[in-house]
Amino acid sequence: MFEWVRQLGANGLQFFEKLGRGHLFLWKTLVGIPDVVMRPRLLIAQLLSVGVLSLALIAISGLFVGMVLALQGYNTLVDFSAEESLGVMVALSMVRELGPVVTALLFAGRAGSALTAEIGLMKATEQLSGMEMMAVDPLHRVIAPRFLAGFISMPLLVAIFSAVGIWGGYFVGVGLLGVDEGAYWAQMQAKVDLYDDVLNGVIKSFVFGIVTTWIAVFEGYDAVPTSEGVSRATTRTVVHSAFAVLGLDFVLTALMFGDS
Amino acid sequence: MVEAADSSQSDTLVRMRDLYFARGSHMIFDGIDLDIPRGKVTAIMGPSGTGKTTLLRLIGGQLYPDRGSVQVDGLEVPALKRAELYDLRQRMGMLFQSGALLTDLNVYENVAFPLREHTDLPESMIRDLVLMKLQAVGLRGARQLMPSELSGGMARRVALARAIALDPMMIMYDEPFTGQDPISMGAIVQLIRLLNDALGLTSIIVSHDVRETAAISDYIYVISRGKVVGHGTPQALDATDSEWVRQFMQGLPDGPVPFHYPATDYREDLLQDEEVG
Repeated sequence: MFEWVRQLGANGLQFFEKLGRGHLFLWKTLVGIPDVVMRPRLLIAQLLSVGVLSLALIAISGLFVGMVLALQGYNTLVDFSAEESLGVMVALSMVRELGPVVTALLFAGRAGSALTAEIGLMKATEQLSGMEMMAVDPLHRVIAPRFLAGFISMPLLVAIFSAVGIWGGYFVGVGLLGVDEGAYWAQMQAKVDLYDDVLNGVIKSFVFGIVTTWIAVFEGYDAVPTSEGVSRATTRTVVHSAFAVLGLDFVLTALMFGDS
Repeated sequence: MVEAADSSQSDTLVRMRDLYFARGSHMIFDGIDLDIPRGKVTAIMGPSGTGKTTLLRLIGGQLYPDRGSVQVDGLEVPALKRAELYDLRQRMGMLFQSGALLTDLNVYENVAFPLREHTDLPESMIRDLVLMKLQAVGLRGARQLMPSELSGGMARRVALARAIALDPMMIMYDEPFTGQDPISMGAIVQLIRLLNDALGLTSIIVSHDVRETAAISDYIYVISRGKVVGHGTPQALDATDSEWVRQFMQGLPDGPVPFHYPATDYREDLLQDEEVG
């Protein structure tokens, strides 16, 4: 019994200690952001690996998600002769929810895990330590550009995911199932609000961008510098990012749409 | 009198006094006093796991002692502010056991890295400096190779070229001879001594390779179980009275450090095993 309580206490302490380390780490990284702005080449290299190289995955996934949404939505809407609302349904689902959430989950799996593994291996091979001894702060030189790249990439990837998804819905709904083309676009235009829907989606994408990239770079920096440690850290990045994104999505949705 | 004290201080680049450092409940340094003279090659030796690398990290300010003083060039390292510490580190070079080269940059860019980070030199001058440093370690021709294409010995030599890129006052070598073939070993042994004398450096070598280290060191500290158990010139340590230091320096399998891990009586152990069987 006492052993159980002791273990609970130890785990709690460990959790809060890590949370504290994570926040200190975030603060020190943010302090390094001006350095990155002064040296855009570091940022551009990371935008390529974090953002551009995730593009194919995001675009293809967005296409299929939009197509499935249209198929499922049509089958339900047609019972009520409301299939002309298919465009609104697809667009709202994409912009409000699926765009930010699915992109963030895919981003954590593709770019987040790669960031953790890369930084963890740099730590294991003493590259970060070596930089410190060369009087170069790895938080400014390595972490800050990656963090900023994630923060910038995520909203752009979400926008692309949603746009491609809406096109996917169009191909299936209008092209295959015979929904009226004018109705698909016109209802979407009329019902999707720039502030209530699009802007809220964009806010979500910024929040998810910060959280998933923060988790990824911190797990890499905090990894036990062995092959097993890096592998565990990579797994933690994906798992914690998924929890954080889904949990925060609920909180943000409740705040944004709870009273309407 | 004061002048004499000052001059003796300036002869010592690194001074450690009454240094205590523990990891959790495991005491690593239990009151160490150590002086590294300027312009000399000083070795810190001891069996594996005695915290030799930790000692270098304390000198470089990557770790903080629990108690005691670490002074480098008259500056109290643990008390330095971040900016002051980074200024001091620009005057220190460190050669890690793995080389710690940046794997996404080629040899040339690795050596240019500290120059690009800390100076505003024009590209043509950076090029000249990098080629001079690479020439000094014999790898000017390997400038386009990536770290993954280098052998262990070459990687260490590139790391050495990078460590001297900013013309530091001292270099710390962490186990520079471990896992080297005889030719690489010979090259690194020669380079350490040569660079020390040609560039007027102070070198600190952490190692347990007795023969190679003794061959190029001016002074040796032997550390064991958190304490300095012997120090002196290589010749003086060879002739030491301390059985422990003699066992270490001559690589004897048995002595004060026993060959056998502490265990119960051998005969009793075997008989007990029979009873169980």
